[in-house]
Amino acid sequence: MSVTQLIFYTLAGVIALSTGLAVFQRQPVHAVVYLVVSFFATAVLFGLFGAPLPAVLQIMVPAGAVMVLFLFIIMLLGREEPKPRDLSTLRWIGPAVLAAVAGAAGTTLLLLPAHEATPMAMAKASARELGHYVYQNYWPAVEAVSVLFFVALAGAMFLVRDFKARPGASSDTQGEAQPGSQPGSQGDAPSGTQTSPRAGQEEAAQ
Amino acid sequence: MTAPLEHVLALALVLFAMGAFCALARRNLIMILLGVEIMLNACSIALVGASLKWQSLDGQAFTLFLMALTAAEASVGLALFVHARKRAGTLDSGGFSSMKG
Repeated sequence: MSVTQLIFYTLAGVIALSTGLAVFQRQPVHAVVYLVVSFFATAVLFGLFGAPLPAVLQIMVPAGAVMVLFLFIIMLLGREEPKPRDLSTLRWIGPAVLAAVAGAAGTTLLLLPAHEATPMAMAKASARELGHYVYQNYWPAVEAVSVLFFVALAGAMFLVRDFKARPGASSDTQGEAQPGSQPGSQGDAPSGTQTSPRAGQEEAAQ
Repeated sequence: MTAPLEHVLALALVLFAMGAFCALARRNLIMILLGVEIMLNACSIALVGASLKWQSLDGQAFTLFLMALTAAEASVGLALFVHARKRAGTLDSGGFSSMKG
């Protein structure tokens, strides 16, 4: 077993273990921290597979921006008292059976004879090659992703607005929503300040 | 030499199963969205492994798009949770089992 194979199995163990620990945490904060570890190990795995640009972006976008966004939202919404655990087994036996079937299939895949499971050769695609490839073959998808980010930004700003405001009393409730600002300069200021982490994250993603 | 593709797919399958379990069995909305993130991560691992196996850049390109979709989905989903928490006062998925009106 060569060094790279050893690295792969170590990383696979780290990823599977940290994700499994994240799934069974009671508090979402702990789950998010374990998932940061999992995504970081995934980035190292991408580097092992010869994909440096996805590796760097895996650290920046899912492990950095998205998980920090999750932490922000968890802290914003505050800690919720965990309800007593539902003891009826029927509620989780279905997902557990499905996951066990998938795990059995994966074990079968692992136990294939050695001549069928040939190790892959090492290769590396530089960021320049990948960038040329994406912009030559998939440039409509890049444009679609930029439109998608704009729609996501607009949707997020729309969703965090105060929906309690009736049309007749909208100015009063908006004035209550931001007590420290000028009455004349209302509008989208509260939602704009609340979504500023998202805007930064989406710029980082692009 | 790295591991065979079957082992990479097995890792992705295990991760996908854990994400699906998290999304199906947990009741906290944030944990459900985390399960979706785990499933997307498993997909990107499978894509990059297949890209190495067949020496093609398509898998890595799709991984980039997958990351963009993940970021957009998480931002809209979390904004939806903020909105749901404002309206219903809870993040438990059992609190959203009925519609009003």
